[in-house]
Amino acid sequence: MTSVRDSVEDIEIPLLLEALYQRYHYDFRHYAGASIKRRLLQARAQLGFSSISAMQDSLLHNPDTVPRLLNYLTVQVSEMFRDPSYYRALREKVLPHLRTYPSLKVWIAGCSNGEELYSLAILFREEGLDQRTLFYATDINPAALQAAEAGVYPLEQIQKFTANHQKSGAKSSLSDYYTADYGRAVFDKTLRSRVVFSDHSLVTDAVFAEMHLISCRNVLIYFDRDLQDRALGLFKDSLARKGFLGLGSKESLRFSAHAASFSDFVSEDRIYQRREP
Amino acid sequence: MTDQAIRAVVIGASAGGVQALLQILPPLPATYPLPVLIVVHVPPDRDNALVSLFQARCQIQVREAEDKEPVLPGVVYFAPSDYHLLVETDGTLSLSSDELVNHSRPSIDVLLESSADAFGSELVGVILTGANDDGARGLQAVVEAGGVAIVEDPAEAYASAMPAASLRASPSAKAMKVAAIASYVSSLGTS
Repeated sequence: MTSVRDSVEDIEIPLLLEALYQRYHYDFRHYAGASIKRRLLQARAQLGFSSISAMQDSLLHNPDTVPRLLNYLTVQVSEMFRDPSYYRALREKVLPHLRTYPSLKVWIAGCSNGEELYSLAILFREEGLDQRTLFYATDINPAALQAAEAGVYPLEQIQKFTANHQKSGAKSSLSDYYTADYGRAVFDKTLRSRVVFSDHSLVTDAVFAEMHLISCRNVLIYFDRDLQDRALGLFKDSLARKGFLGLGSKESLRFSAHAASFSDFVSEDRIYQRREP
Repeated sequence: MTDQAIRAVVIGASAGGVQALLQILPPLPATYPLPVLIVVHVPPDRDNALVSLFQARCQIQVREAEDKEPVLPGVVYFAPSDYHLLVETDGTLSLSSDELVNHSRPSIDVLLESSADAFGSELVGVILTGANDDGARGLQAVVEAGGVAIVEDPAEAYASAMPAASLRASPSAKAMKVAAIASYVSSLGTS
């Protein structure tokens, strides 16, 4: 016996996602349903709507509701140098290959508030590759892109960020890259002097540019299988030959239609290399 | 209590949970006809040692849950450390790195609430020992969906706070000692 309330929500949620897509072209229709439901129920409660349908009504008739809802639908919590072994593998195994190119392009897909971007910018600076690298940091949420561009994090996170950075094989101190200010860590703006911030959707947008490294961590887990395949196809087509793809520690290409286009490069850290076509 | 069809067993455990699970999981036969989905609170930075610990002691298959894999009978799935584990309505698993819920990732509430959505009344939810109140909302969702709700007897539990919180939130849940929970879960395979 399923309760009546639940079945109404299960009708309302796809309708709201369809409305969000048709009116504003934000496409969450192929996101994994269980997480989307949690997030929408949380948004409904915290934004004070009596039902998902009431939230849909506001969404359609009051554009101010869109950014507020997006902050729930795309909310991402991350940390700098999350999974230090991933960054150590990039440093020790991937960067020696990238070093052979005169210029480099790196795409942080789904950059959220920028923690992964600044981690990579610091890594590339430590390894002396920052001056020949152009970073593309993309997300669908304008508020997240603004936060990424600002590069300001609560000071209480710095201890964790610093510990992660050290475990990644750091060649400098994280404190070289930020100044503490009223409980916030403000990251050095020269870290983003070679960063292009851009609105880009893995769901609806096309190939981005010819990349040497794409880092997309803990984004694909929010997609259903079909959407994962679309995004991975986009990465495949956006990578230079023998370019690298880094995923989150629990994401893999194993079940993907594009698995054959990549080879394992550092399998324990989910780093893949584009096979030659 | 076993007169309804059951498609899955979900278990949440925290402090002292490994000892309790050591009584419940090893007796399950390799041919156990249900999936068993488990969240145990473990420190986020530690490699999840649960899988190898239980693999060595169980006949039933024990794995770490992978994103988008189908839920299969006869398999115990542990949530990976630092990820929430959810069940989709199509019977596949999802992982998420959303914010902590009840100071925990993985969170028992997240697994139980999504499982209640996916399996409805054909679900057994079990809350074992723990020192927080994660799982209380999730078990409520199991009850509301018409599933079977079981809580380790707080008087017996290594840490009583978590089962006690679940019992307060779901007074209709059945409090049982671990030995009784173990035989009940085993018996689901023989009916």
